[in-house]
Amino acid sequence: MPFFEDIEVGMRREIGSFTFTAELIKKFASQFDPQRFHLDEEEGKKSLFGGLAASGWHVGSVCMKLMVAAGQRTAKEAAARGEKVAVGGPSPGFRELRWIKPVLAGDTVHFSSEVESLRSSEKRPEWGIVQIRNRGTNQRGELVFSFLGIAFVARRHSSS
Amino acid sequence: MTLRFEDFPPGHYGSFGPRHVTREEMLAFAAEFDPQPMHLDEEAASQTMLKGLSGSGWHLCSIMMRMMFDGFIGRTASLGSPGVNELRWLAPLRPGDDLTLDVEVLEARVSRSRPETGIVTIKNVARNAAGLALCEMVSPLMIARRADAAAGKAG
Repeated sequence: MPFFEDIEVGMRREIGSFTFTAELIKKFASQFDPQRFHLDEEEGKKSLFGGLAASGWHVGSVCMKLMVAAGQRTAKEAAARGEKVAVGGPSPGFRELRWIKPVLAGDTVHFSSEVESLRSSEKRPEWGIVQIRNRGTNQRGELVFSFLGIAFVARRHSSS
Repeated sequence: MTLRFEDFPPGHYGSFGPRHVTREEMLAFAAEFDPQPMHLDEEAASQTMLKGLSGSGWHLCSIMMRMMFDGFIGRTASLGSPGVNELRWLAPLRPGDDLTLDVEVLEARVSRSRPETGIVTIKNVARNAAGLALCEMVSPLMIARRADAAAGKAG
């Protein structure tokens, strides 16, 4: 993870791709969101989604999974170059989460992120606050998912 | 009886739970979806802003979804949700927490593009056993209207 000082508005990052198989969709849904259109192909076809659809919380959780993996890759590369690596902070939340189109069984979603705004934390001077628009696009290039995430990012010179 | 749009007037809707969250399920979710040290490792977690092992925020959201399903969505003519307007993670989810979910209907209106569908905007607050709010979210739900009501408005 880069330090707050290294981040600029408009910076874009490819997060990664994930294929939502029927098996994974049903596994997540049976645990957290067992609505019929997330569990059964026929019920999915009859619904507004038009097929077996992943729970929106599954799509969000997968985006998180890929963001963590991307962050770990970046940290490893920075460490290999001998650079100091920042520690990622927790997130206070998000806004404007949109499940724009259904994610159906077999769909591959590619996630990317773009920095929208930066500000300092008044309460925690050692942290900055970054707002990042995360987007998911399917294999047909259709935007299916987006949200404006908020995250604490460590400052390089927190003690000064 | 299946709950429909007309069953969700503005105001307090209900309180659901408790739902016990084990350390094992927290670690399993984190390992699959959010493998950050603050969610996986007690020692590393104690060094972070959250000061101790905490559940992934997405795990908490997913548990809240399940509590909604068990509380009312499972017997509602639910058509899905277009998203979440705002979500705040206010305090960390801890191993062994017993969660309750308070659901309030903020607004109920008929869809302009689909008159047979209602849009119910709810505010959910998940609290631990001490009553501390861990997460709150505002989200619209799409719920089918009663056939007679929909026919009356559409005609």
